[in-house]
Amino acid sequence: MKISTLFYTIKQGIVNIFRNKWFSLASIATIGACLFLFGIFFCVILNLENIVKTAEQGVSVTVFFDEGITQERIDEIGGLIKNRPEVYGDPEFISADAAWDSFKTEYLGEYADGFAENPLADSASYQIRLADVSKQSELVSYLESVQGIRTVNRSEVTASTLTGMNALIAYISIGIIVILLAVSIFLISNTVTIGISVRKEEISIMKYIGATDFFVRSPFVIEGMLIGALGAIIPDIIIYFLYNEVIRYITVEFNTLTELLAFLTVQDVFRYFLPISFGIGVGIGFLGSVTTVRRHLRV
Amino acid sequence: MASREKKKKGKLRLNPNGDIITLENVSKSYATGAPALNGIDLRIKKGEFVFIIGDSGSGKSTMIKLLLRELVASEGKIMVMGEDLTRLRHRKVPKYRRNLGIVFQDFRLLKDRNVYENVAFAQRIIQVPTKEIKRNVPSVLSVVGLAGKYKARPRQLSGGEQQRVAIARALVNRPAILLADEPTGNLDPDTTWDIMKLLESINENGTTILMVTHNREIVDAMKKRVITMKKGVIVSDEERGGYNNED
Repeated sequence: MKISTLFYTIKQGIVNIFRNKWFSLASIATIGACLFLFGIFFCVILNLENIVKTAEQGVSVTVFFDEGITQERIDEIGGLIKNRPEVYGDPEFISADAAWDSFKTEYLGEYADGFAENPLADSASYQIRLADVSKQSELVSYLESVQGIRTVNRSEVTASTLTGMNALIAYISIGIIVILLAVSIFLISNTVTIGISVRKEEISIMKYIGATDFFVRSPFVIEGMLIGALGAIIPDIIIYFLYNEVIRYITVEFNTLTELLAFLTVQDVFRYFLPISFGIGVGIGFLGSVTTVRRHLRV
Repeated sequence: MASREKKKKGKLRLNPNGDIITLENVSKSYATGAPALNGIDLRIKKGEFVFIIGDSGSGKSTMIKLLLRELVASEGKIMVMGEDLTRLRHRKVPKYRRNLGIVFQDFRLLKDRNVYENVAFAQRIIQVPTKEIKRNVPSVLSVVGLAGKYKARPRQLSGGEQQRVAIARALVNRPAILLADEPTGNLDPDTTWDIMKLLESINENGTTILMVTHNREIVDAMKKRVITMKKGVIVSDEERGGYNNED
């Protein structure tokens, strides 16, 4: 395609939007609404995932050692644990003394003075954080087989709940996104169909004069893609400004949950959301218009 | 304009007899089964001016549609400028049509564009560079006598002027053949004669013209070749013929 033809096609795509402005506006608004809803789900899902991930990292497995174990063996076990793929970061070693100090501070206070010796002498442990909660059982089985480990403490309920929640979020989000995309494609297709029917005569003249199918179809595809892009920009802007307000509101209203609710910054969200929403907008514009021109422009 | 457009439009090829259009035993049946054309044989030489006349349903429009390759013949062979239209692939149809100009009874102008844009449209479609379009359009508008009205919208023009715009649009790509489907059907007698003079001068410059008409007066007066059709067959084909010969 020549540069002048490319410009002409783009210009015609833009002219089409204005010539058919009410339908175009309706399509932009509906795609905008779909992508706005998508954006809200996207933000919620991304934040929930982050919260789940943060919570997952809080889920830990604790291992205690056999009585009389040497510090060398404890270090060896530490090395073994660190190399496991299920483990997130370094296992945290809590010596018997540190465990007793923590216990004293938390529960006994001044009453701890009555203890001459450390009653938790064999309570040195490793606190292990998990990279993936669903792999907890595998890790536990492995740890139980390691020589020198007496007990492995774990929180099975939390792990399985979080794993289930992750899957649920994924299924719901995929379902909603698929429905929204289908609606948007249908809408774009309708707008382009109306555009084609309005310009039926123009198209027939073009064909009589010798326009190729590509030349006839291109402005409609450009129109669809532009509508998709415009439909994406509007919710992007709204969500950008709305996001911080909502986060601020939740943080103030539910400040007791602040530690649990690990929110992402708007920049973190938009690093993914901006290209995805723009891609979806332009993509559904392209898909909707291409399928429609193929169906209606058997020219 | 010439060299670049020639490349776009392809080479004009004639058969050894100088025929630009040949129909050999062409029939066209529609889904209903009734034949619209039945065993048509026809040869048209380059540079001829041919009237096609006949009652409604005689097959005139079907013939124009076959020549435009809007329809494909059910039987027989149609050769236009060396192209076998019965074998022409769909994707090659646009390139073929660039050698044809078409004028309709109802003008078929783009109502939201001015005269200049309507004519330029035909050049944009075949991707003529803007610089050349700016040169070609005023030149063809002066040929049809509308150089001063290039900014006017179709609704601001008379019927005759609108048909002149349509003719300018058909001519701007310098077609070898001009197909005119009742081009004077919506015009008053004076304007009809203006348009006919214009078509005649275009023909004198070498363009082959096939014109479907019901206008007895112009057919009789112009003394051109007249092909009369009835119920899908050619009933007469006369050099310097007239409407009187029908029936």
